[in-house]
Amino acid sequence: MSGDGLLVTVDSRVHRLPAHVKIVALFVLVLAVVSTPAAAFWAFGLYAVMLVAAVVTARLPVLLVARRLTVETPFIVFALLLPFVATGPRVDVLGLELSQSGVLGAWNVLAKGTLGVVAAIVLSATTGPRDLLAGLERLRLPATLVAILSFMIRYLSVVSDDLHRMRIARESRGYAGGRAGHLKAVAGGVGALFVRSFERGERVHLAMRSRGYTGRMPLLSTRGATSSQWLEGLAISLAAVAVALAVRVVGL
Amino acid sequence: MSGPAIHVERLVFAYPDGRQALYGVDFTVQRGERVALLGPNGAGKTTLVLHLNGILGSVAGGTGSGRIQIGGTGLHREHLPEVRRKVGLVFQDPDDQLFMPTVRDDVAFGPANLGLRGSELDDRVHEALVQVGMQDHADLAPHHLSFGQRRRVAVATVLAMRPEVLVLDEPSSNLDPAARRELSDILSGLDVTLLMITHDLPYALQLCERSLLMDDGRIVADGRTRDLLGDADLMAAHRLELPYGFDPLSVPGPERKG
Repeated sequence: MSGDGLLVTVDSRVHRLPAHVKIVALFVLVLAVVSTPAAAFWAFGLYAVMLVAAVVTARLPVLLVARRLTVETPFIVFALLLPFVATGPRVDVLGLELSQSGVLGAWNVLAKGTLGVVAAIVLSATTGPRDLLAGLERLRLPATLVAILSFMIRYLSVVSDDLHRMRIARESRGYAGGRAGHLKAVAGGVGALFVRSFERGERVHLAMRSRGYTGRMPLLSTRGATSSQWLEGLAISLAAVAVALAVRVVGL
Repeated sequence: MSGPAIHVERLVFAYPDGRQALYGVDFTVQRGERVALLGPNGAGKTTLVLHLNGILGSVAGGTGSGRIQIGGTGLHREHLPEVRRKVGLVFQDPDDQLFMPTVRDDVAFGPANLGLRGSELDDRVHEALVQVGMQDHADLAPHHLSFGQRRRVAVATVLAMRPEVLVLDEPSSNLDPAARRELSDILSGLDVTLLMITHDLPYALQLCERSLLMDDGRIVADGRTRDLLGDADLMAAHRLELPYGFDPLSVPGPERKG
């Protein structure tokens, strides 16, 4: 696990936007997409075009975005099941009897899920973990949550290194338990890992108190965003809101 | 603001589980002195240094008795923030000490807790990183650094608080020879009182003119490092051994430089 998270290190307009602008933009865009009725197909087309534009502006490799889309797989499986298990009037698709509401439901899950995931990929690939934290902090996420996230990012690599060393130690002593045996060993190892991590937590707390920690984390320094940066960052999201409103209000 | 840098009197401490760690520790370290704290594992060295900035002991709400003075002022609950600024503790595992997302944030943690903000804070961070030669790595995440670099950043996190006393727990452990030498160059160039726990006896001789030898929760010897290391009976009685072929009488120490 590298500590840069999912950041793709290229330089682009999207990379340079302040993190809190991008977080707000993602949030607004997802709200707009989710509130659009599934039957408004043209609206989803427009959203897709906007997101492709965002990916291109961010200069992200298409292959990488496609690969990261695989996190969506469980939802796709669920969506593909829907037409078969849903009830209601039937339609005939390629010789299969499918539920009409099920097909629409599947489309709904697939379209909204994919759009949301692509938007999240754009955010995570253009923003480093530290900037994300600073952005969340600027958006007034409670300091305790920011601190927990920050420790998670910092110590994930330390803990996974621990886990890795324990596995090597196990295999070096000739452990070959097959898949089930490995699971059993990992379960035992997780207990040991928990104790180790807990003890590390205590030592970290001592180190924090030694440097004058009294229960409030100092703020991560960030610069604010200019109004033009807000406008640039929110451009796509605002367009999406306009589309969603058009669908709802005008009933196009 | 006078008096010795560290003055410890009849310090007694037992952990909450009943294990007695300190059985009456007395010692004084004058300003500007460099002192090594030697002793076998389990002697109570780390427990002792955790008392020096009030992490353990009666001020921290624990059990124990005795008196500790830092720079002439007694250790009291109301002075704790001030004492924690004066006594900088560098822990043994840099992964425990570096907990922020980047080197810069981490070095800023201490001074920010002291109330520094803005450009004053940035200057302080830069100054501390320059002292350990890590100013070009400020924006990296700690786990992207080598172990030696992390140890140096850990020293910088404490230096950024401008301590009067620098306390290090096994600073040379797990370092390769070059990183070990780089750290000793940094430490010998600092203008602070130094107390250093170490098992690395040549390191103690190189950096510290004076040594305290601790065993079973007591100070059992206090004197010139060279004399202590040269006393074979004393060393053997407290499970201390010199590296193969090392003769403490034949190498230069800090006393010859001055």
